[in-house]
Amino acid sequence: MRDKRMSLDEVVGELRSGMTIGLGGWGSRRKPMAFVRAILRSDIKDLTVVTYGGPDLGLLCSAGKVRKAYYGFVSLDSAPFYDPWFAKARTGGEIEVREMDEGMVKCGLEAAAARLPFLPIRAGLGSDVRTFWGDELKTVTSPYTDASGKAETLIAMPALNLDASFVHLNIGDAHGNAGYQGVDPYFDDLYCMAAEKRYVSVEKVVETEQLVKEVPLQQLILNRMMVDGVVEAPGGAHFTLAGESYGRDEKFQRHYAEAAKTPESWQAFVDRFLSGSEDDYQAAVKKFAEEQQA
Amino acid sequence: MTSTENPDTRTVTRAEYCAIACAEIFAGAGEIMASPMATLPLIGARLARLTSEPDLLITDGEALIFADTPAVGKKGAIEGWMPFRKVFDVVAGGRRHVVMGANQIDRYGNQNLSAFGPLQQPTRQMFGVRGAPGNTINHATSYWVGKHSARVFVDKVDVVSGVGYDRFDEGDPAFRFLHLHRVVTNLGVFDFGGENHAFRALSLHPGVTADDVASNTSFEVEGLDSVGVTREPTAEELRIIREVLDPKSLRDREVSL
Repeated sequence: MRDKRMSLDEVVGELRSGMTIGLGGWGSRRKPMAFVRAILRSDIKDLTVVTYGGPDLGLLCSAGKVRKAYYGFVSLDSAPFYDPWFAKARTGGEIEVREMDEGMVKCGLEAAAARLPFLPIRAGLGSDVRTFWGDELKTVTSPYTDASGKAETLIAMPALNLDASFVHLNIGDAHGNAGYQGVDPYFDDLYCMAAEKRYVSVEKVVETEQLVKEVPLQQLILNRMMVDGVVEAPGGAHFTLAGESYGRDEKFQRHYAEAAKTPESWQAFVDRFLSGSEDDYQAAVKKFAEEQQA
Repeated sequence: MTSTENPDTRTVTRAEYCAIACAEIFAGAGEIMASPMATLPLIGARLARLTSEPDLLITDGEALIFADTPAVGKKGAIEGWMPFRKVFDVVAGGRRHVVMGANQIDRYGNQNLSAFGPLQQPTRQMFGVRGAPGNTINHATSYWVGKHSARVFVDKVDVVSGVGYDRFDEGDPAFRFLHLHRVVTNLGVFDFGGENHAFRALSLHPGVTADDVASNTSFEVEGLDSVGVTREPTAEELRIIREVLDPKSLRDREVSL
């Protein structure tokens, strides 16, 4: 079986500007943050991003890498809740958005996973989701009528086909089998099934035999057909939470949100945390935590 | 049952009227998922579950279904699993009543929690539409507003996240599940039972005048001339609110006076 282990920067080397990428996780929960930081280190730009957004989308916006965004929401999940960099990109008119109901994101990924052009869904009808999308979002009328002879007209959610997907899971093997440990898989399997190239970072890479011992069968959400590259990235979801591996680093997330307020404070944040390798980041984060303790 | 004496029913606070009004949102709801999105509606849903609506399903707000009815912020025994993707299945199935917040609500129940200003270049960014479009088109939806003001109750919302009655398409049966049940605020209890589903007053909390409501709402509120007073909580409800569900009185932080 193929050994799919790669480095973060090797993964980003397979990306191209202008791609449509999916980012797994949810809000500030088990986000592929190490991948996002690797994208920030690259000169990749003009991305179209599909996500249940959190600080992943915020960081990409901070570096001007997003041209278009498809999302159900953007939230940091704790105060100040609204991501400051996403907010800046929006109020500055820097990104084109296809905002949609949360359930439409799942529906669009499911359509792509099944290689269907659309799936019907009720969510979106009557709302300004129609206005956000304009002609890019159409309706479909049922060929079957109800008892009174009326046919339902529903949203035809288009497939959210992705060039690449990035997800972060707790444990995996070198071949792409991977599982989550915690209360929620989120939608990471769907992102992988909707994409051409699929990259998973994991807290730890183990032998297959150990993987299937450590995780109940139902939590093995990725198999080899769903993954092209595996990156071992302990702390790779930081500062978002990661199921049983660790909780959200609330202090650091607040620092991130505060730092976005002025050009000077952001430059200081970039200098300290985002100007080196992933190892440099993790070391700086550890030091930050120690300072907060002191 | 730790208390033998009845709590003092003469000292009912505004937040306690809001709590029972939020509980009444779920009257008759039966065996569905109650999804309150703020502290007062959460106390209300759990109060309903401990009194008249024992079959409600409630979660920890993340992925676990509670068997118990714990206090605000506390864990309890669980009875099942409800990760986010299964929530969308519940939404589509309709067995749910959500109580959302709102940055804006108009006379016919259109709601905004997305952003202010133009869609592609807002003046202020909030969450985006979240699950509001799917909630409102699929199952019972109510709203909680802790500070009733003319900035919330506006003539026209900037972004329609939650669908209102004037967007209802009579010719399309896909709209048939739209039901906006109640709006509970720090001033009173409202619904969309006015003419053409207009915003209507059902009761005002003790101490609130019709004038208070009119001057804090951009549009005309139906029923204000003849509106009654929110009922008193029972001694049992007060005991549950004060001793069981919210002993730290977190409810007071969310209710503007």
